[in-house]
Amino acid sequence: MSILVNKDTKVIVQGFTGKEGSFHAEQCLAYGTKIVGGVTPNKGGQEHLGLPVFNTVKDAVDTTGATVSMIFVPPAFVADAVMEAAAAGITLAVVITEGAPVRDMQAAKAFAVKHGMMTIGPNCPGVITAEECKIGIMPGSIFKKGHVGLISKSGTLTYEGANQVCREGFGITTAVGIGGDPIIGLSYKQLLKMFQEDDDTHAIVMIGEIGGDLEIQAAHYIKEHITKPVVAFIAGQTAPAGKRMGHAGAIISGSAGTAKEKMEALEAAGVRVVVSPAEIGKAVKEVLSK
Amino acid sequence: MNIHEYQAKQIFAKYGVPTPRGIIANTPEEAVANAQELGGKIWVVKAQIHAGGRGLGGGVKLARSMDEVKQLASEILGMTLVTHQTGPEGKLVQKVYIEEGADIVDELYLGVVLDRAKEMPVIMASTEGGMDIETVAHNTPEKIIKIAVDPSIGFQGFHGRELVFGLGITDPQEQNKLIKFAKALYQVYMDNDAEMIEINPLIKTGSGDFMALDGKMGFDDSALGRHPDIEAMRDISEEDADEREAGQYGLSYISLDGEIGCMVNGAGLAMGTMDTINYMGGTPANFLDVGGKANAETVAKGFEIILKNPKVKAIFVNIFGGIVRCDRIANGILEATKLVHVHVPVIVRLDGTNAPEAAEILRNANIPNVIAATDLADGAAKAVAAAKGE
Repeated sequence: MSILVNKDTKVIVQGFTGKEGSFHAEQCLAYGTKIVGGVTPNKGGQEHLGLPVFNTVKDAVDTTGATVSMIFVPPAFVADAVMEAAAAGITLAVVITEGAPVRDMQAAKAFAVKHGMMTIGPNCPGVITAEECKIGIMPGSIFKKGHVGLISKSGTLTYEGANQVCREGFGITTAVGIGGDPIIGLSYKQLLKMFQEDDDTHAIVMIGEIGGDLEIQAAHYIKEHITKPVVAFIAGQTAPAGKRMGHAGAIISGSAGTAKEKMEALEAAGVRVVVSPAEIGKAVKEVLSK
Repeated sequence: MNIHEYQAKQIFAKYGVPTPRGIIANTPEEAVANAQELGGKIWVVKAQIHAGGRGLGGGVKLARSMDEVKQLASEILGMTLVTHQTGPEGKLVQKVYIEEGADIVDELYLGVVLDRAKEMPVIMASTEGGMDIETVAHNTPEKIIKIAVDPSIGFQGFHGRELVFGLGITDPQEQNKLIKFAKALYQVYMDNDAEMIEINPLIKTGSGDFMALDGKMGFDDSALGRHPDIEAMRDISEEDADEREAGQYGLSYISLDGEIGCMVNGAGLAMGTMDTINYMGGTPANFLDVGGKANAETVAKGFEIILKNPKVKAIFVNIFGGIVRCDRIANGILEATKLVHVHVPVIVRLDGTNAPEAAEILRNANIPNVIAATDLADGAAKAVAAAKGE
């Protein structure tokens, strides 16, 4: 078991024939992901990486029965691509692109929700179910199969966390990079619920950062609904206020969105909070051997 | 990206958001000419910097004669203005805005920001104009009205009614004026991909009109590509020169005041590295995300920018190699140390794909001040020790 995606998930790629789209689609195929085609307007009918190219997502879905789309289009076209996927009946869009305007994502997400489509990202590494299905840009080899679910706003901290979990002798069910933008698709709350309901997941690692209050919402949710052990790290304890720390959403506004308030909320919810990402692996071992 | 008050007011004017008349000046002579053009008996000389609290810092003064305009403009132009938002180093004032005096009866607060939890813009208003809104929110949260506006329906009549009744405005004419004001401001926010607009204070004049006495705007950097007119308002003298230079090379850099330079791939891991250094008893000198392409050129540029800071006593290179293999990154780092003279210890932690090969490459290179580390904790500990001269 796992959440969101598995070895049978049929995936298309929007922005399939571009440089990034091609490179990562190839990597995903090599990992075993069932990519069934891609979309690039005006290239419909061609073949790319041995797979059919379609002009529209609708054509791709009608022909291949794909349910998930991995999106690599340039930032200015992200909203359009997400809405096209939603209108075509895709159930999960994974948006890798960084730098989509916030106003665009606001509209695109509202539309996606209305059409019952889940979105991951934008500005994220994607989602991976270990040794089954990789939809994104993460290095597949570090995700060994196991029983720990991982949710992270940061790409490299996803890798860091997964790597430590695996080095301690455990493994990953599914890891989801939810992205570091001010408006994102799936967040901790929905994913915590999925991991709670997934029998194969025995513990959850959640990696957050400064800015916004998604981690605090997650803390409230954990307190009420999550019985599995949760380990959390919040990046940016040493970040200055008012500065954007790389991610568009990683900013302490006034006195809100600090690492401290998030860590306190999570601790109050019974989460094992670590002060350094170097301790994620050890903490997982601790909570799982209790 | 942020802009100056006078620029925000130019945008407001296009949308019919009322502001006092004013003209920007670069010299005391221009200031006087502007005041003469504006006419009247009272003028305000306002320092233009990207920070709040200008009045308290002595950057906003009233003038009652042309001599005073000239004198105040010469005092303010060229001064280093220190406010609670500039940091102790302050900001150099290069422009002053000369504005006609206003007849102030009441001061309000009005702003538009993104509510990340609701995922839509929210109009914030308060009767406590002229005060620091953070302080108001902290001490008297009930004095702040928040009205979320769903962009799919836009600013409707009920939003306006919520606003004016919330602020206790009872005169129907005044209600209409303020609703029109807020509706126009919401449009300014949406059309220009603003991230934040703040009018503090928004004044009511003796004749019952509302005006933006101040104006602050920030924009979504990701959307600037479709707003060349706003991009043209960028004032690079307001930006940190090192951060700007780093940005030109695709690096995201923010200077801090510690001793250990950090070079990391990924924003989250970069923050996590700073936190780990701090946790182990050291102090980070900067945030630096080299992004996905940690090659010889970007690493060399990173070294250069980090070493501009004389406080740096060690550099911690912390890279989690994914798609880009660690052995290639190791070679890039070695090449970078040839391009830039690095006089402090460099602790290198490369983890991920081909990490053992990378460690081998670093060991074989045998460069005295390059120290290999096995993982994040080991690297941070070695960097902290090196910075202490151990």
